[in-house]
Amino acid sequence: MPFNFNNSNVATRENRIGSITGYVGTLKDLAEKSQCGTLKGCSRCFSQSSTCLSTCGLSQLAAIRDVAVIHHGPAGCSVASSGSYYMSRVMAKKRGVTSSTVYVGTDMNENDTIFGSTKQLREIILEVNKRYSPKAIFVSSSCATGIIGEDIDSIVDDVKSEIDVPIVAVHCEGFKSRIWATGFDISDHAVVSSIVQPPREGVKSNKINFKNFFESARPEIIEMFKKFDLEPVFLYCNSTVEELSHLSESLATTCICGTLGNYIGNALEEKYNVPYVRSINQCGIVGFETWLREIGKVTGRSDKIEKYIEEQRAIYLPQIEEVKKELQGHTAVLGMGPGYTFEVSRVLDELGIKVVWALAWHYDKKYENGDVPPSMKYLLDNDIDFEASVADQQNYEVMNILKKYNPDMYLSRHPGSTVWAIKNGTPAIYVADEYMIFGYKHTLEFARSILDAINNRSFEENLAKRTKLPYTDWWYKQNVDAFLEEAN
Amino acid sequence: MAKLLDKQRYKCALGAMQSVQAIERALPVLHSGPGCAQKLSDTNGSSGYFSPNIFPCTSINEKDVVFGGVKKLHSTIDNALKVVDADLYVVLTGCIPEIVGDDTGEVVSEFADSDKPVIYAPTAGFKGNNYKGHEQVVDAIIDQYLKKSDEKEKGLVNIWADVPYQDLFWLGNIRELEKLVASLGLTPNTIFGYKRGIKNIDKITKAEFNLLVSPWVGLGSMKKMEKKFNIPFLHYKTLPIGATETSKFLREVGKFAGVDNEKIESVIKENEDYYYYLIERYADLFLENRVINKQFTVVADAQYALGITKFLVNDLGLIPAKQFVVDDTPSKYREDIKKEFENLNFNIKAEASFETDGYKIHEEIKNHDYHGYPLVLGGYYEKEVTESLKGNFINISWPVQDKVVLDSHYAGYSGGIRLIEDIYTVAVQRFN
Repeated sequence: MPFNFNNSNVATRENRIGSITGYVGTLKDLAEKSQCGTLKGCSRCFSQSSTCLSTCGLSQLAAIRDVAVIHHGPAGCSVASSGSYYMSRVMAKKRGVTSSTVYVGTDMNENDTIFGSTKQLREIILEVNKRYSPKAIFVSSSCATGIIGEDIDSIVDDVKSEIDVPIVAVHCEGFKSRIWATGFDISDHAVVSSIVQPPREGVKSNKINFKNFFESARPEIIEMFKKFDLEPVFLYCNSTVEELSHLSESLATTCICGTLGNYIGNALEEKYNVPYVRSINQCGIVGFETWLREIGKVTGRSDKIEKYIEEQRAIYLPQIEEVKKELQGHTAVLGMGPGYTFEVSRVLDELGIKVVWALAWHYDKKYENGDVPPSMKYLLDNDIDFEASVADQQNYEVMNILKKYNPDMYLSRHPGSTVWAIKNGTPAIYVADEYMIFGYKHTLEFARSILDAINNRSFEENLAKRTKLPYTDWWYKQNVDAFLEEAN
Repeated sequence: MAKLLDKQRYKCALGAMQSVQAIERALPVLHSGPGCAQKLSDTNGSSGYFSPNIFPCTSINEKDVVFGGVKKLHSTIDNALKVVDADLYVVLTGCIPEIVGDDTGEVVSEFADSDKPVIYAPTAGFKGNNYKGHEQVVDAIIDQYLKKSDEKEKGLVNIWADVPYQDLFWLGNIRELEKLVASLGLTPNTIFGYKRGIKNIDKITKAEFNLLVSPWVGLGSMKKMEKKFNIPFLHYKTLPIGATETSKFLREVGKFAGVDNEKIESVIKENEDYYYYLIERYADLFLENRVINKQFTVVADAQYALGITKFLVNDLGLIPAKQFVVDDTPSKYREDIKKEFENLNFNIKAEASFETDGYKIHEEIKNHDYHGYPLVLGGYYEKEVTESLKGNFINISWPVQDKVVLDSHYAGYSGGIRLIEDIYTVAVQRFN
C-alpha cells in the first residue's frame, strides 16, 4: 500500500488492511474467506475490557533511549508513564547503558475540555525540552483531546522553530480502532516520518533491522548473526535516535512478530528499498529454518545459513524428538495476538500437541503488501485445521471454550489471562517472552516447559478447588458466539 | 488547567474502578474506551474474583463518539447481569460519554428493578484523579443504594481510610484499624476487602458514627452521610503508625465513642509494652549503624506523607527535611494538613510542599543538606535520585516496583514495627 508520511495520522488497521475482532468458525474458513475477500468481522453487544492502542503505541516510543513522550490528556491516559519509567531504567540497566527517556502527562481537567489547553501544551513541550534535552519528542493526543479537537499538529508545527530535535505529533485516540496493534503502526509511522533519514551516500552496511519487544535474546542473536556476517539492530527497546535515523541503510528488516513489525517493514521497503523479510516467524523448527533461509535469500548469505542449520539440527533435533514422545496426544487451547496464535499453533502441531481451539485477539486479513499473513498460508498449505475464533481478549469467551473442551493446557501471551485458565483447573503456559519459542534451543525449552506445566498441576488444582468462577451457569450453556452480531 | 505531570503519582477518576474492585463481589462496568481498565490496573492483587481484564466495558468506538453510546451501555449492563455473578454492579463513566453527553444516569435507572443493584458514578478522567474518583464511588453508594435507618447498632463504627490499590497497604491497614477499634470494645464496620462487601454496606446506616482516617480523602462522603443519614463523624487526619500515634488514635477514638478511660489506657499499655519490648531489643541497630541519618524526606500522598512523618519524628526521633504531598490535594484542605505537619514533638515543624511535578521534587531533594545520607520514603521515581545521593530508599507510595505486599500494613503498633523492618532491611545491606 502507499504510505503517506506527510500526514501524521495513520489509518486504522480495520480501514487499511481489513482487520477484524469478531469471528467464530474454523481456521480454514477464516483463511479462505480472507483470501476471496468475503470475510466480514462481527462486533459484540457485550464485551469485557481489552487494550488501548495508545498503550501499544506510546510504550514502543518510550522504549527508545533519551526521548520525550508528552501525552496530552487526563491523568489516566498518561498513567502508563510510570510503567515506562520503570521499563526504561531496568531495560537500560540490563544492557549496561543509560536512558533518560521521560514520559509525561498534561493532567487535563474539565476546564480544558471546554476552553482547550493548546497554550499550556505548548509551554509543556518547551519545558520538557529545556529540562531533559531529549533527542526526539513525541506529542500524543488522547480520546478527550481528540474529541474536543485539540490541534496537536499545529502546536507541533509551531514549536518546531524553537526545538532543534525531531518533534512529531502522534495520534492515539483510543476509540478510533478496536485493534490495539494499530498503536504499533502509529509508533512506526512516527519513527519513519520524523527520525529515519535517507541512507547516507557510500555507507556500506551489514546491518539487519530486527523489530522485537524486549530484546531478551539479544546476545545470542548477535552471536548467531556474526556467523552470517550480519549485525542486528534491535527496535525499539534501548534504541537510540541515532541508530533509528540509519534504519534506511540496513540490508533488510525482519521482526519477531508480524503484527508488530509489518508496518515498519513494509514502510522501509516502500520508502527506502530495504527488503522486508516475509516468512513465518522464528517459533519452532520449521519457522526458524524458513526464516533463516529467507534472510539468506534476501541478504545473499544462503551458504552460511545452511551450514548453521545443519550444525544446530544435529545438536537439537534428537533432543526435541525425545520430548515430543511425552507431549504426543495432549490437547491445547491458545489465545494470543494473531502474530503469535497462528505461529504457536504451528509449533504445537510440530510437537504433536493437538490444538482444539485457537483464539486470535484480532485478525489481519492481509498485510500491508496485500498478502495473506504467512502464518495462515503455511497452515492452509499444510492442511492443518482446527476451530478458531477472533476474540478481542474476551475472557468470557475463553472460559466458555475451556469449560467445553477441557484441554490439557491453555497458552496465552497477555497479562491477566493465564490466571483464569488455572482457576478453571487448566494448566496455563504464559508465552510472554517473545523469544520463548525462538529457534532450536528455545523450542526445546518451550517443549520441556510445557511438560513441567502439565506434570505438576498442584497449583491449578489447589486454586481451582477453592475459588468460584465469576461467570454464571447461564453463560456456560450459551454458544461462544452468543454476543456476536453483524458489524454495523 | 492542564499542567506538566512529570513523574505522575496518581491516576484519573476512573481509577476508582479499583475502589469498586476492593468491595468483594462488586463489579465495575465501564462506559469507556476499550483500554482504560488495563491502563488503570496494576499487578498488586488484581486477579481476584474479578480482574480488570474481565470488567464489562462498552469499549467505545468512533461511531459511538458520533452517535452516542447509550444503546451499547444498555446492552452491556443487561448482559453483564446475565453473564457475571456479582452482588453490586457499579457503572463508571470515562471521558468520552461525558464529553459527548451520554445520559448514563438515565440508562442505569432503567435497571432499577433488576434482581441485583446497579448504580453509577461519574468518573470521567478529566473530572479529577483517583482520590476524587474513590469519593465518587462511595458517594454513589450513599446516594443510590443506602437507605436511612432508624435502627442503630450499639458500638457500631464505620471505618473509612485511603484509596484501595493506590495505597499498597490498603488491605492490611484497614484490617489493623478494625482491630484497634475492636480492642476498645467497639464493633468496626468496613466495606473493603475479604468478607466485607454488600452485607457490610447494608450495615453502614446502622452505625453510631463514621470514623475517617485520612487527611482529606472521603471527607465529602462523611459530610454527605451526616446530612443524609444523621451519622456523626470523627475525622482523624493522621494514619496512626507506631506507638506514639496509635496511642493518640486510641485515646481520641475512645473518647469520641465514650469508651471508659481505664479501658483505653489498659489497651494502650498492653500494646506499648510489647512494642517497646521489640524496640528495646533493636535500639542498638537504630543507633549504631553507619548509613541511616536523622534527616528524612517522604514523597507520598497526604496520608503517608503525614503518617510517616509523624512516626519518624515522634517515635524514632528523626528530623524532617522537606516533605512532599503528591496527591494533588484540593487547595481547601491544604492549610489544615500543613498545620498537622507543624504539630510534632519538641516543637519540630515539618515543611510540607504540595507538589505534583516530580522534577521539582527531585531538584529539591538534590539540593537539600541531609547532613549525610538521605533517607527517602517515596514512589519508585525516588529510587534513582536517592541512589545518586548514596541515600537509603524505601518504596512506600505509588508507583511501586520495589515491593510486593499481600496483606502487610503500616498502620497501628505492628505497622510501625513493619515500617522499621523495611527501613532497616535496606540499611543492613550497606556499610560505609
